[in-house]
Amino acid sequence: MTSEHQEKETVLSRRDFLATSAFLTATVAGFGIIAGFFRFFKSDVRYEEPSVFKIGKPENFPVGTARKLDDKKVFVFSDDGGFYAISCVCTHLGCIVHTSDNGFTCPCHGSKYNTAGKVISGPAPRSLPWFEITQDVDGSLVVNAGSEVPSGTKVKYS
Amino acid sequence: MNEVEVNEIERSGLSKFTDNLKSLAATVFGSVFRNGSPNSDKARASAIFNNFFLHIQGTKTHINTLRPSYTLGLGLISFFLLVIVVASGIFLMVYYNPSVENAYQSVKNIIYVVFGGNVTRNIHKWAGEGMIIFVLLHMARVFFTGSYKSGREFNWVVGVILLILVFVLNLTGYLLPWDQLSYWALVIVSNIMQSPRELTDSLGITRFFDVGTFSREFFLAGMVPGKESLNRVYLFHVMVLPLIISVFAGIHFWRIRKDGGMTKPDAFSPTVSDSGYAVPPAKTAGIFPTHKTYGLMELARGKTPSVDKDIENMVFSWPNLLIAELAVLMLTLAAVVVYSYYINAPIREFANPLIPENPAKAPWYFLGLQELLSYSAFMGGAGLPMLTLFGLFLIPYLDREQYNVGTWFTDRKGKLIAFEAFVISTVLLIGILVFAVNFGWLRSWFPEIPQLVITLVNPGSIWVGFIIVWSLFVIRRTGSTRMGAMSLFVMFLVSYVILTYFATEMRGPNWGFFWSMSQWPIH
Repeated sequence: MTSEHQEKETVLSRRDFLATSAFLTATVAGFGIIAGFFRFFKSDVRYEEPSVFKIGKPENFPVGTARKLDDKKVFVFSDDGGFYAISCVCTHLGCIVHTSDNGFTCPCHGSKYNTAGKVISGPAPRSLPWFEITQDVDGSLVVNAGSEVPSGTKVKYS
Repeated sequence: MNEVEVNEIERSGLSKFTDNLKSLAATVFGSVFRNGSPNSDKARASAIFNNFFLHIQGTKTHINTLRPSYTLGLGLISFFLLVIVVASGIFLMVYYNPSVENAYQSVKNIIYVVFGGNVTRNIHKWAGEGMIIFVLLHMARVFFTGSYKSGREFNWVVGVILLILVFVLNLTGYLLPWDQLSYWALVIVSNIMQSPRELTDSLGITRFFDVGTFSREFFLAGMVPGKESLNRVYLFHVMVLPLIISVFAGIHFWRIRKDGGMTKPDAFSPTVSDSGYAVPPAKTAGIFPTHKTYGLMELARGKTPSVDKDIENMVFSWPNLLIAELAVLMLTLAAVVVYSYYINAPIREFANPLIPENPAKAPWYFLGLQELLSYSAFMGGAGLPMLTLFGLFLIPYLDREQYNVGTWFTDRKGKLIAFEAFVISTVLLIGILVFAVNFGWLRSWFPEIPQLVITLVNPGSIWVGFIIVWSLFVIRRTGSTRMGAMSLFVMFLVSYVILTYFATEMRGPNWGFFWSMSQWPIH
């Protein structure tokens, strides 16, 4: 009698088992629905500019060039050390920086960067990223705005 | 056979038909409004509770609720502005087209070509912005009269949710014309949504937990504002958010009744001036004796239905309350229409992703936040606003004193504390702004300082920290949580007003300081 009583307490009854499993199934399904909801909102087609783009032959960028490619949102420089590309999107809130006396300035909240893109004042949390520059087989320089390189990375092509 | 039956038989079918035709107006009207004309107390009561639209209000209203000096009609004005916004918005949807190619053109069409288009757009814009002002004022009224207490805690929370919704609706609204303001606001807002990266980067956990980029992609359908972003913003503005705000507004009104009506001072007594807007009941006996309102309902516990409380100061909602409401509606509508007739809603140039405006300013109601943003994107855009809203949500739960609910500023001491908080916050906040403008901040002095330090220690976070510490100090000094909440709330209002004014008038190109717009350099 005593053992039977104990068994009743330790073994899950059929009713409790079914209720618990139904509840757990509903919870798992709920998480699945939430995940699906957010996945649905993540757009698979992007109507955006490609992040890898050609900018022309090296001879178009003689030593001393400092050019802003407006539609690509990138500065391209050429000096004795080689070519390098710096983003012109402010790391604070995404406005477009412009060149100033000794670096770059953002018009929106006054962040200032030095010539290497390093933050010197203002609210910007990070330095302006430098982008990778490679050369295509046709001789054009290619900027990859999806690939950051360490600040100061300059490459020589001819 | 009695006379009536004889008549029924003797009258021809056609004469019955013509009789029905003659009384058609009366019978149709009588079938819609079954209580008849409201010329008795009973009919005046049924006019309210038999009407779908009116029955959210009680059949009787407390005289204190009718006093213009108590409510100032602020919540009602906010609601009527919502109605005006919804109505004018539907008209705008007739011509507006949410595509990157056509949005700007269709807004120009509404402004310059569509019949009545410009004034409709102005009404929509100004009533929407008016909601921000009046919802904030209404919140201040509810706070200072202590009306978030004695069972109304949750309705205060619903009210804060409504405040957030009003801000978000205004925000999504000004993204739609796809002008320079829309485009760069979208850029800035999406970057604010991404700003938790500032914190995750500092902690080095962005690779595993990039909630910033995730929410940015959710909002923009990508990383830069484009056609799908506009689609989403439009969906939120005209569909999702209006549905949500309707539901919460409904809950807000319903809870007023369920929480026992509006607050009133414990020691209420009608004054002579009350007779100007409150007509007493015709009879105080019969089915409306002074000592009860409902029969069986007297057995119900809790605050609803409101039974046997202060009955002698209750008057019938029809006509007392309805006339007051009608007056507020007419004044609100008149003010909006007149203002919109003379003042045009702004529109900038077509969105240009290559050139941000300088300075790129948000609409005025977000400029206080933008000033905080200029110290730290995460703190100003996410951290401090979240903290503020969290604080607002918690006020009724952290201050549970039930003393003098329904009295402006609680008592004499409350007025002093509020005045003290007003003076201290005005002086100190202006002092902090002057300091930051004159001497810069940490990075100007220590260029190598880590970003995490600036995220945590900047003029905005220091100021909010001071407000919290000051309120705790007031609680300790006065021994009253209500006084602490009073300081906190006054300082919140002062901060919103001063920061908004400062960023609107004194921030110029490159977010530099200028005494006025006339000093801005050519740039």
